[in-house]
Amino acid sequence: MNSIKEIIRQYGGNTGLLLQIILAVQDAAPLNYLSEEAVNEIASEMNISRSRVYSTASFYSEVSLKPRGSHVIRVCSNAPCENAQKALILTSIEKELGIIAGQTTPDRLFTLECVNCLGACYMSPAIKIDETIYGNLTPDSAVSIIRRLRKEHQNEQSA
Amino acid sequence: MSRVLNHELIFNICPDRYVDLPTYCCHGGYTALKKVLEQAPETAIKEIEEAGLRGRGGAAFPTANKIKMVRSNPSDLRYIICNADEGEPGTFKDRFIMTHIPFQLLEGITIAAFLAGAGHGYIYIRHEYPEAQRIMRESIIEAQKSGLLGSNIMGSSYNFTLELFSGAGSYLCGEETALISSIEGKKGRPRLKPPYPTEAGLWNKPTLINNVETLSNIPKIIQNGAKWYRSLGTQDSPGTKLISLSGDVNRRGLYEVPFGISFNQIINKYGEGTKPGRAIKAVNIGGASGVLIPPDLLDTPLEYLACAKTGITIGSGAVFVLDDTRSILANVHNRLRFFLHESCGKCTPCREGLRQTNIIMDRLLSRKAVKTDIDTLTRYTRAIQDASFCGLGQAAGNSLHSSLMYYAEEYLAACQDNQLSHNKEVTA
Ligand code: SF4
Ligand code: FES
Repeated sequence: MNSIKEIIRQYGGNTGLLLQIILAVQDAAPLNYLSEEAVNEIASEMNISRSRVYSTASFYSEVSLKPRGSHVIRVCSNAPCENAQKALILTSIEKELGIIAGQTTPDRLFTLECVNCLGACYMSPAIKIDETIYGNLTPDSAVSIIRRLRKEHQNEQSA
Repeated sequence: MSRVLNHELIFNICPDRYVDLPTYCCHGGYTALKKVLEQAPETAIKEIEEAGLRGRGGAAFPTANKIKMVRSNPSDLRYIICNADEGEPGTFKDRFIMTHIPFQLLEGITIAAFLAGAGHGYIYIRHEYPEAQRIMRESIIEAQKSGLLGSNIMGSSYNFTLELFSGAGSYLCGEETALISSIEGKKGRPRLKPPYPTEAGLWNKPTLINNVETLSNIPKIIQNGAKWYRSLGTQDSPGTKLISLSGDVNRRGLYEVPFGISFNQIINKYGEGTKPGRAIKAVNIGGASGVLIPPDLLDTPLEYLACAKTGITIGSGAVFVLDDTRSILANVHNRLRFFLHESCGKCTPCREGLRQTNIIMDRLLSRKAVKTDIDTLTRYTRAIQDASFCGLGQAAGNSLHSSLMYYAEEYLAACQDNQLSHNKEVTA
């Protein structure tokens, strides 16, 4: 895993690239978020104030200041998806995970978020899990994707 | 996904076909760049001007003028930014261009950069598009290796470097000055215009910002000429437009259509109409910031002038169909919630106004509103529209305004006092 120092060095310590650095640090963090320690380190390494880092970080919804799970599930909330019964998909996922949107499962495996259009409205309702988009979902197919991911995780653990 | 319906195409996007560099070159790719590098820049700018290309991101500003403005500004440095922050709900055209024909976009960016006199550029791609980011990143490297980016492009004396910049989940960063702030490492909040980016953009240098679709048009214009390009659309709106068709149609998808065809044709020919037994209730054009129009306006041709006359904003080219089972109020509410969430909070009318309109919409949808609430709603949205600092607030009320115009009875029916008087009449 890249240390924060290394990431900053890769970007040449350029403050103009602060957002890119924040995203890279978040991607490298095991809990998928920007911790207070990370903010402190970015600030001191780049010689800028902590509030400058927070100011940029807190503006963007893809930067999380709270720990997240290893898989981030993003459910699209916009009109084309909402019309395609997004609510049913969301409740079925919430029920499966035992959490509501905005929360992380206690085992830190999943975080559920509502986001804006994923550019997949031609296959709404759509969700994105990590880097993959799933479309034309039914409550059942959404749940089975989650179960598959959980199973993969369990297999990795026991392997 | 584009289906050929007897017209020539500029994009030729197939859902399952990725066009790699050799294939792109086989079909005339990079001949336009070669041509441009060998001529005086003015010749190509004139071709784009005669073609009548306008910005496809939503604002429809003449592309050649923008290039000229950047070019004519004396400066040691000039930049180009490709705006790939496609965040307009219901729109997915830029994503398809990037993941399917990335080199057409890269060629377009390089030509535009050369014409504007820019030596360095960025593609700002939203964070929600990791696949597009990956493909564009790899394509940039491949173009560099093949001498199509970097120093002495295609053996000329032109040097141009291009970098990818990732957004981080902010719709507002699609606004050009907000996007610039974001690249500069700050919050993505808009700046006051003027000065326009063409004068003082990124790091205060003249900057050309264009949408993905706009830039991807350029190689074809240079390759085939303005006359050919004009033969595709109409006098007022030459060329073709990518339409993201979604909602209650049989065949949702991305379609490249010639300007001048009607929205009815888009929905029926390309989208194969609505589900059996269902009629169209309303169509949202231009995404969340667009309008909601009733079926009798669907004969309007897709054309900037004709649409402006009918109050339709083509915007990014999203066409979202609602059939007669849908609630207008719920749809408008969805859009207002979206804008409240994306408002950057810099100015009061947008920040507070949207909060209040959402409260009233909540009341309406839970049948707790009274008739005077509708007047308040109208007043608030007018204020948001007139007094907001940037385009987000100015356009946030478009779907509300249009729906109040065409579907007022739905709002009235949702009011408590309307129900009461109605009941009284019935019992009397
Ligand atoms: S209109 Fe809205 S988004 Fe634009 S500056 Fe004002 S608060 Fe920010
Ligand atoms: S509206 Fe959900 S993916 Fe576009």
